[in-house]
Amino acid sequence: MSHERGTDIECIDLVELVTDYLEGALDQERREMVEAHLRTCDGCKVYMEQMRETREYLGHVPPDAAEDLPDQARRELLDAFRAENPR
Amino acid sequence: MSFRPDKLTRLPVQPRGDIVPPVPGAADDPVRALEAAAVDDALLQRLISGDEQAFDHLVRTWSPAMRRVARGFVSTDASAQECVQDAWLGAIKGLASFEGRSTLRTWIFRILVNIAKTRAVKEQRTTPLSSLASDEDAGPTVDPRRFRPRDDPERPGTWTSAGQPRLWETDPEAGALSSELRDVVWAAVEALPGRQREVVILRDVQGFGGGEVCEILGLTAENQRVLLHRARAKVRAALEAYYSGETT
Repeated sequence: MSHERGTDIECIDLVELVTDYLEGALDQERREMVEAHLRTCDGCKVYMEQMRETREYLGHVPPDAAEDLPDQARRELLDAFRAENPR
Repeated sequence: MSFRPDKLTRLPVQPRGDIVPPVPGAADDPVRALEAAAVDDALLQRLISGDEQAFDHLVRTWSPAMRRVARGFVSTDASAQECVQDAWLGAIKGLASFEGRSTLRTWIFRILVNIAKTRAVKEQRTTPLSSLASDEDAGPTVDPRRFRPRDDPERPGTWTSAGQPRLWETDPEAGALSSELRDVVWAAVEALPGRQREVVILRDVQGFGGGEVCEILGLTAENQRVLLHRARAKVRAALEAYYSGETT
């Protein structure tokens, strides 16, 4: 290993741990390993940040606003609800 | 606090916001989950007691999100709308036997997902027997050629200078996403293999918590994370291609 510590993780493996890291699913040892790597590796820092951004972007799709159900469909559902719950 | 259904039926429908649409992270946050459960409980009592206003309000509040989720499974908007209607009909029939083992929202979305899946199979959008071991769910999510070889004498497994990701030149002034960018993201979502698409739509597009997604789709926590990771990695790659000026 050319890295300063034998426990260091390689970039090719780190990119596969990004989601587990963001989800808080890594144990303490591996989380610290990821964080130590990110402190010294620009490429992985950018990758991690872009995965975060991707998550944010996904919160702004789909491009077209989902519409409500048409009134007719809602009336039918209300009728069905009424039929199932007679007063 | 105890509920009296006879009184609750006469309560006016609460202003919008009382019946919460999917709250990001609620399922993973104990406090918010508790709040959601309290809302759920009150709502459930009103539905069981036949409160039509509560039902109609719920339909209005949840249907847009349900339609987006259904759209991840089936191929047309019309088909997605029918899934939503069928899900509500299923919920009406099943309400009396709802046991409260999951939240009302999880329960209704699970009904929706099952309906949408069945319909998707008929539309041949997904294969019913797809397993996690399929090719699309294994292997590296970043092209290995972007890294030095694992037996590289100097810096094994590190980014090559050409492979290293570049910063995206985003416009900090543009608060919301441009419609062009949203099209890029959504096209990437639509191109995902079925289960990755299902997970990422529920998690990131719709904002459900991981636990809730596992319940709705019947996944283990680990499988859910694997699918989410692969989905996000592909969407990231599409964004990278867009920002680097490549056409996808």
